[in-house]
Amino acid sequence: MAILSKDDAQAILKKVLSYSTADACTVGLSGRTAGNIRYARNSVSTAGAQDTVSLTVESSFGKRSGIATCNEFDDATLRRCVQRAEEIAHLAPESPEYMPPLGPQTYLNPPSAATTPLTPAGRAQAAADSMTLCAAKNLAAAGFLDGGTRFTALRNSKGLEAYQQSTNTDFSVTVRTPDGRGSGYAIADVTDVSKLNTKALTQRAADKATGSLNAKAIEPGKYTVILEPAALMAGDDLSLLGGLMYGLDARSADEGRSFMTKKGGGNRKGEKLFDERINIYSDPMNAEVPGQAFDGDGLPARRMNWVEKGVVKNLYYSRFWAEKNKVAPTPFPSGFIMAGGTQSTAELIKGTAKGILVTRLWYIREVDPQTLLYTGLTRDGTFYIENGAIKFPIKNLRFNESPIIMLNNIEAIGRPVRLAGCLVPPLKIRDFTFTSLSDAI
Amino acid sequence: MNRRDFTTLTGLAAGALWLPSFPSLAGNLVDPAQLLEPGLDVAQKKRLADVALNAAKSAGASYADVRIQRTLNQGIFTREKQVQNIASGESFGVGIRVIANGTWGFASTNNVTDAGLAKTAQQAVAIAKANSKVQKEPVKLAPQKGYGEVSWKAPIEKNAFEVPIKEKVDLLLAANGMALDNGASFVNSALFQVNEQKYFASTDGSYIDQDIHRIWPTFGVTVVDKASGKFRSRQALSVPMGMGYEYLTPKAADKMAGPTGSDVIGYKNSYDILEDAARAAKQTKLKVTAKSVTPGKYDLVLDPHHLGLTIHESVGHPLELDRVLGYEANFAGTSFATLEWRKKGVPYGSKQVNIVADKLQANSLGAVGWDDEGVKCKEWNLIEQGKLVDYQKIRDQAAIVGQMASDGCCYSQSWRDVQFQRMANISLKPSPTKMSVDELVSKVDKGIYIAGNGSFSIDQQRYNSQFGGQVFYAIEKGKITEMLEDVAYQTNTLEFWGACAGSCDASDYRFAGFFNDGKGQPSQSSAVSHGSATSRFNGVNIINTARKIG
Repeated sequence: MAILSKDDAQAILKKVLSYSTADACTVGLSGRTAGNIRYARNSVSTAGAQDTVSLTVESSFGKRSGIATCNEFDDATLRRCVQRAEEIAHLAPESPEYMPPLGPQTYLNPPSAATTPLTPAGRAQAAADSMTLCAAKNLAAAGFLDGGTRFTALRNSKGLEAYQQSTNTDFSVTVRTPDGRGSGYAIADVTDVSKLNTKALTQRAADKATGSLNAKAIEPGKYTVILEPAALMAGDDLSLLGGLMYGLDARSADEGRSFMTKKGGGNRKGEKLFDERINIYSDPMNAEVPGQAFDGDGLPARRMNWVEKGVVKNLYYSRFWAEKNKVAPTPFPSGFIMAGGTQSTAELIKGTAKGILVTRLWYIREVDPQTLLYTGLTRDGTFYIENGAIKFPIKNLRFNESPIIMLNNIEAIGRPVRLAGCLVPPLKIRDFTFTSLSDAI
Repeated sequence: MNRRDFTTLTGLAAGALWLPSFPSLAGNLVDPAQLLEPGLDVAQKKRLADVALNAAKSAGASYADVRIQRTLNQGIFTREKQVQNIASGESFGVGIRVIANGTWGFASTNNVTDAGLAKTAQQAVAIAKANSKVQKEPVKLAPQKGYGEVSWKAPIEKNAFEVPIKEKVDLLLAANGMALDNGASFVNSALFQVNEQKYFASTDGSYIDQDIHRIWPTFGVTVVDKASGKFRSRQALSVPMGMGYEYLTPKAADKMAGPTGSDVIGYKNSYDILEDAARAAKQTKLKVTAKSVTPGKYDLVLDPHHLGLTIHESVGHPLELDRVLGYEANFAGTSFATLEWRKKGVPYGSKQVNIVADKLQANSLGAVGWDDEGVKCKEWNLIEQGKLVDYQKIRDQAAIVGQMASDGCCYSQSWRDVQFQRMANISLKPSPTKMSVDELVSKVDKGIYIAGNGSFSIDQQRYNSQFGGQVFYAIEKGKITEMLEDVAYQTNTLEFWGACAGSCDASDYRFAGFFNDGKGQPSQSSAVSHGSATSRFNGVNIINTARKIG
């Protein structure tokens, strides 16, 4: 099956709901038509295509719920899927946290891209552009391009109806020198694939690779750093900003097991935790990072301030936790926007007397949830800055730092760029803590 | 957890908090009774496999293999006194891999019919031919004899899917009760069970039917001190195993005591979840007020649950040949242990370090008869007396390092995904001479005993690492003295293994294991075990991880 239109998807969902004998039933249909290509050593290693549609049925009798899924859509299979969900519900224990389905909702209509995703030949060409550039310079490219269209549709027995379609393409490339002494990285994700230029991105990674040859060791310690957006947010791993934002959960804070927990009980919503220049919000209507219009429960997404002038303005409340605390539920957004200034990374470098430019951070893991202390390492292009210019490449370093401390040590905020579905500015930060050196290149 | 996982978490089908870390659940959610229904019989699978292989050859493939795979799984999730979710999944389909024009091609389908398989085989060949136009290095496949019709079955005693869900739920809730009765503020517990029914056939003439089982009971206990706002957690000391439900019937002989004074019990081939939950709550309460460590150099005594993760990160990964050759450069990374580095003869570790790769070990997560390209599994040495002697490699890599055969460590997480080189069970051999945990500790003047694996991070070439743990105890003049907190060690792989001053004997040897080792783009998970006995490492750098936030 291909991407289903709103009408086609809702027609299937309507039919499925008509088979339900449960007290409440929510059905979801989602699918993705996508393809990827992977290469290394300037040669394609794997390529694949994905065309999936999946139906999910959640049936409830009282506070007992069951979920079943299927990916065939003939009437008999659909009926069986509903029956299975109902059988599972009958067997399930009552959930004290059960929430009945929402009634009809009004949704925003986030902008969608005008272009269609790349064809297999287009993906091969995009990869070839990257590999050819590197082969000509005697460098080795390893990259991954993955893109496609997805749709999500929801309908429930209370009359809720939702549908959204979106496109997305992710590309990343690592370029290494043949002797393994230099490595550089570039990454981009786009809604509109015509904005993806794999050649330009590969050039950026190649420049970092050749520029990072003959790296010098510096003493670990506290340094002023310029963290490029890829050092702050990642789509495929934990990140300093991602970790912070995903941690703004009301329940874990109220339960006493979060950095947002207040001493003596309750949470720290409303407290100023960061420098007053920190503003973080989500906006599904943003043209550059259009978001999801609804979450899995069908809760509508709206523009929401999470951090305003350094003050935590909102936490995520699930429907259950919101009802328990008599507040409105706040769904988790599909992306964040960290407001910034107008300076590019290059301009931030110009204004730096002494510091370190970090291209990317890697293997970030939580060390202490109490303080949100993270550890990880620099990777694929780390440079020493002196008197407003890059002086020399430096060896990679391990950091131990909390984003809460980091966002109190702000020197400058650059111009946000899109990364992993978010808008993230480069940040200049003082006293960023590096604890050891790494020989990794 | 990444952005998309979190988005998934809020999704309709994700009532269970931990589902995204259990990728095998990617199949359809089904009635648990369906997990006991038989799949296709072997004769049907052979006939379908031949359809796929013949279609691939007719389309121009010089080699083809087909995996007909049914993966069954179940996750049960609870917190405190309530069940959060019970999810049973089934995924069934076929992956076909071919070589055409010297290039790999792969396609998969869940349309398991003659027509569906023939079409998918043709797609795989078409992809191979299209990619061959930009291919620089033609595939050189190590020769492999066909084994005919053979089978392998994990030697489990009790299929976990045959155990009534109520019994499993009651066990988890009882464990939660033990934790709460012993001072836990919160407890989450879960039981993951997997059965891979995998049929592999290739144009080499192998038809291999395998039945693989995995199980992982686990929990996390948290104690909150409201007055100070401080909280601490401790995870279960259970180990994901290649076993059936028998893992959850505790046997006294499988309880492995830590050093005297430590109140640590590790587990070998069976697990006492009730005892561990109670002990975890007691230990977590102590962690809230335990002394914060003074940074500096200490001799470390590491229990196997902890050491397994260090082995995984600092030996298992850097000795994967795809990483060494640069195939993972854009994601997981490369390796310091390059072919050139190996030629220099620099020691990987002290003479005490003997590390073996093994796809046969009973009860391990990596044990199978044949890998996902029809190579018979084996045991082989990676490090002998501190010297690197070999890597982990599959059929298309052997020639690159001048060898004639694969090591049999090719794996795919499902029929949907292409197989590639994955980590075998990688284990540190125990001491050949008698050595107990207390004896090992008795020789340490100033040290720290660490049990359980915790926070971990290592660079993309596997030099610099930082590891935490679950519980930490100070060792002074050969004795455990008190519990410590805020402990992590930072080290360099060669320094760490160079500092290995010996291990306990085989009586202390046991597995650590991981269900979700990630590699590749798109990322795939594999499950792997790491055996070791409690071991000593001299003069390792300890940092203090306590911080103050405003």
